[in-house]
Amino acid sequence: MSTESAPAPQGNVAEEQRPRIAVSALTTNLREYGLILALIAIMVFFQFTTNGTLFKPVNLSNLVQQNSFIIVMALGMLLVIVSGHIDLSVGSVAGFIGALAAMMMVIWPLGPFSNPLVVSIICLIVGGAIGAAQGYWIAYHRIPSFIVTLAGMLIFRGICQALLGGGSSVGPLPDGFKALSSGFIPDVIGPLTLIPPTVNAAGKTIMGSGLTLHMTTIVLGLIAVLAYAYFGVRTRRKRERHGYEAEPFALFVVKTLVGSALALFLVYQFASYRGLPVVLLVMGVLISLFVFVTKRMTIGRRIYAMGGNSKAAQLSGINTERLTLMVFINMGVLSALGGLIIAARLGQAVPAAGLGSELDVIAAVFIGGASAMGGVGQVIGAVVGGFIMGVMNNGMSIMGVNVDWQQVVKGLVLLGAVIFDVYNKNKA
Amino acid sequence: MAPTILEMRDITKTFPGVKALSNVNLSVEEGEIHAVVGENGAGKSTLMKVLSGVYPSGTYDGQIIFNGGECQFKGIHDSERKGIVIIHQELALVPMLSIAENIFLGNEHARYGIIDWNSNEARTSALLKKVGLKEDPKTLITNIGVGKQQLVEIAKALSKEVKLLILDEPTASLSEKDSQALLDLLLEFKRQGMTSILISHKLNEVNRVADKVTVIRDGRTIETLAKKDISEDRIITSMVGRSLDDRYPPREPDIGEVVFEVKNWSVYHPIHAERQVIKGIDINVRKGEVVGIAGLMGAGRTEFAMSLFGRSYGRRISGEVLLKGKPVDVSSVSKAVQHGIAYVTEDRKTYGLNLIDHIKHNITLANLGGVSRHSVIDDMRELAVANDYRKKTNIRASSVYQMTGNLSGGNQQKVVLSKWLFADPDVLILDEPTRGIDVGAKYEIYTIIARLAAEGKAIVVISSEMPELLGITDRIYVMNEGRIVGEMPAAEASQEKIMRAIVRGEGKAA
Repeated sequence: MSTESAPAPQGNVAEEQRPRIAVSALTTNLREYGLILALIAIMVFFQFTTNGTLFKPVNLSNLVQQNSFIIVMALGMLLVIVSGHIDLSVGSVAGFIGALAAMMMVIWPLGPFSNPLVVSIICLIVGGAIGAAQGYWIAYHRIPSFIVTLAGMLIFRGICQALLGGGSSVGPLPDGFKALSSGFIPDVIGPLTLIPPTVNAAGKTIMGSGLTLHMTTIVLGLIAVLAYAYFGVRTRRKRERHGYEAEPFALFVVKTLVGSALALFLVYQFASYRGLPVVLLVMGVLISLFVFVTKRMTIGRRIYAMGGNSKAAQLSGINTERLTLMVFINMGVLSALGGLIIAARLGQAVPAAGLGSELDVIAAVFIGGASAMGGVGQVIGAVVGGFIMGVMNNGMSIMGVNVDWQQVVKGLVLLGAVIFDVYNKNKA
Repeated sequence: MAPTILEMRDITKTFPGVKALSNVNLSVEEGEIHAVVGENGAGKSTLMKVLSGVYPSGTYDGQIIFNGGECQFKGIHDSERKGIVIIHQELALVPMLSIAENIFLGNEHARYGIIDWNSNEARTSALLKKVGLKEDPKTLITNIGVGKQQLVEIAKALSKEVKLLILDEPTASLSEKDSQALLDLLLEFKRQGMTSILISHKLNEVNRVADKVTVIRDGRTIETLAKKDISEDRIITSMVGRSLDDRYPPREPDIGEVVFEVKNWSVYHPIHAERQVIKGIDINVRKGEVVGIAGLMGAGRTEFAMSLFGRSYGRRISGEVLLKGKPVDVSSVSKAVQHGIAYVTEDRKTYGLNLIDHIKHNITLANLGGVSRHSVIDDMRELAVANDYRKKTNIRASSVYQMTGNLSGGNQQKVVLSKWLFADPDVLILDEPTRGIDVGAKYEIYTIIARLAAEGKAIVVISSEMPELLGITDRIYVMNEGRIVGEMPAAEASQEKIMRAIVRGEGKAA
């Protein structure tokens, strides 16, 4: 979950000032809390229906590794949707970048340039260039983003397949590269064995017995939770010092405690398996970065203003064309990262990599409360939306629900979430 | 005395937390033009929404008696069936459909779902004749001006066999000429026996056409004035609840050297490239001076201002802008802002505000640098700034976290003004700064303008309301068809002089 590595975003200043009583603070934040509560409810539901498999450390790691690329791309998609656009090409771009990476590492004789790190950097740059190429038409020539990126979706899927030579897949990819998706952070502190594993008669340890904790994970988790609490308290203090009302103290304490407890529980689960997945760390850093950019930085504010009223933003001195271009470049880079994560997870590049994932990404953002009209949407919402989709995928797969029906359920959840939003807005 | 056609008795309407109307009474006689006036937020529109069934029966208390029978409208269709038709301030026409299609939208003459266009167009022609509009029924709405669109709305109302016509601020976006034509039309309808309710801010219009005036303030009926008692002063006193001895705040101009100068400014139309919209304009503004630009709708005033402000309008722009004698580059909005020029738009909803965000974020948008360090916004400073400007410009809202979309027109205008005040410009161009806002808020805006001038800013006010220009400016330029056709000190100007300059200029411009 994001909570463990996100260093306490500055909260919703917007909602914090008004309420005097806890109840009104709760109702004003209903959307945000509601979404997180929905995720928890869904997780608890699947915990029961899968007989406790969902929260097993190994499954949690799987869940993160399966869904990380959706969440990473959802971060970019959030900005695209907030600025009033859409990007249908992200799945194809991800597929193309995966193919490009595989060709560079496995097929083409590039010598030192086939090093996974070098290839990854080149691929991110190529992703940015693709975003720029699409964004250019959208920003400077006012071609609707739906059309430009629909074209991009066809073009890059085609190039992806052509690159891989029709229906074949390219692999295996080097282990160093695969670590991006399936690796875990190294335990630099060293493991702590609480219960020694059982050794059977043959002198071999039985897998999964005993309890050894990945101490680096534990320490990182503790630092993140402490930072979360520290920044929360500091923000409160600052508000009070300036004479502004903060949210009710009781609510703040409950929120911080529940958040920390959840985070620590997850950290513990990861620590008792193989530690934090690398990709979770990458995701956590990105989520924190995007929360900070959208909540605290001028560029974030400008994106929301542009999505809310592009003409007014323009007449306020905001270069909306350049801003749109940057939003699409960002989306391109994150699509490329998504493509690398997919390829690393599969260990090879396949022609269908990322096929249809643009829809999952867009669904995650809308479940997270973004408005299709632009100007509205939160990073945390999109992330939670992505996890809701991911947990449902994972849970239903474990339950053995047919893939066809999984789609039906996901569609209904998307529709339900948006109806809930619209209903709420009309009531207010 | 004519029989009473409409009686609204003790209408009370509450929204969560607010009493919008309390015991409002309105009685309209058959065949009269009855004006309903009041400040923005006084409850005029709410009252009309109750009458037309937008707020269905049961959501309010009180009685509506129309043509002798009590009515309980469940929706707009019910009231239209009885002959009550409302024309809203924001026109509800479909731009890409023709006049005929719009007039009969949802009400087409058809057999088995197949539209009989000949019949529709013939009837449209008849209706257009009635409202005095010479246009082909097949003309698209997008190709006719706002004044004509207003007439189409009225023709649409007539097609529904209207007995009581309600016009909500019908002249808000019309030029003087179109407004006059519209009012004449209302008088013509009256002669034919139609009853109308006119909601308006423009007291001179009310004065001209109304037989009776009902004043609403804070959701209550204050009084109903008969024709002989109607006077602007009387209405204003009644509207604001106090006597406004002067509609314009007193001010001692302290005028310094020339700060802002535009030389030989020319602009061509953005689409019709050969059409010159602005034809070599020269103006200058001094420190501490308020300069007005008068002119009719379509004179090119807004186009001039927007082309100055970062080339936000037009193509092939030429000319020179000088600040304190030095030529400056204003080729983008951010450059113009950096040089200390601000433009407050005439259309705050489309060009001025992010309506789905709150006051605080709107105020700081044009000067985010002023509340941030290294591109990181300082929440506390931003909040302090927003509260400061909220106080300075007297924005009435529950807090700076209120959505600007939920504010009244006057308060929205104050938010837009605050945004530009926070950008701290030397030159402030205000385009129709009091359009569609009530008398009380207007006075507040005038006070802000006077204060800014006293602080030494150079101010340009574009306005279609001549009394306003005469009341608040020091010097007036008159513009017509893309040229400056007159310039006069406000002290020597009069509405007649301005009109004469326009008319004389009309011959010259080619």
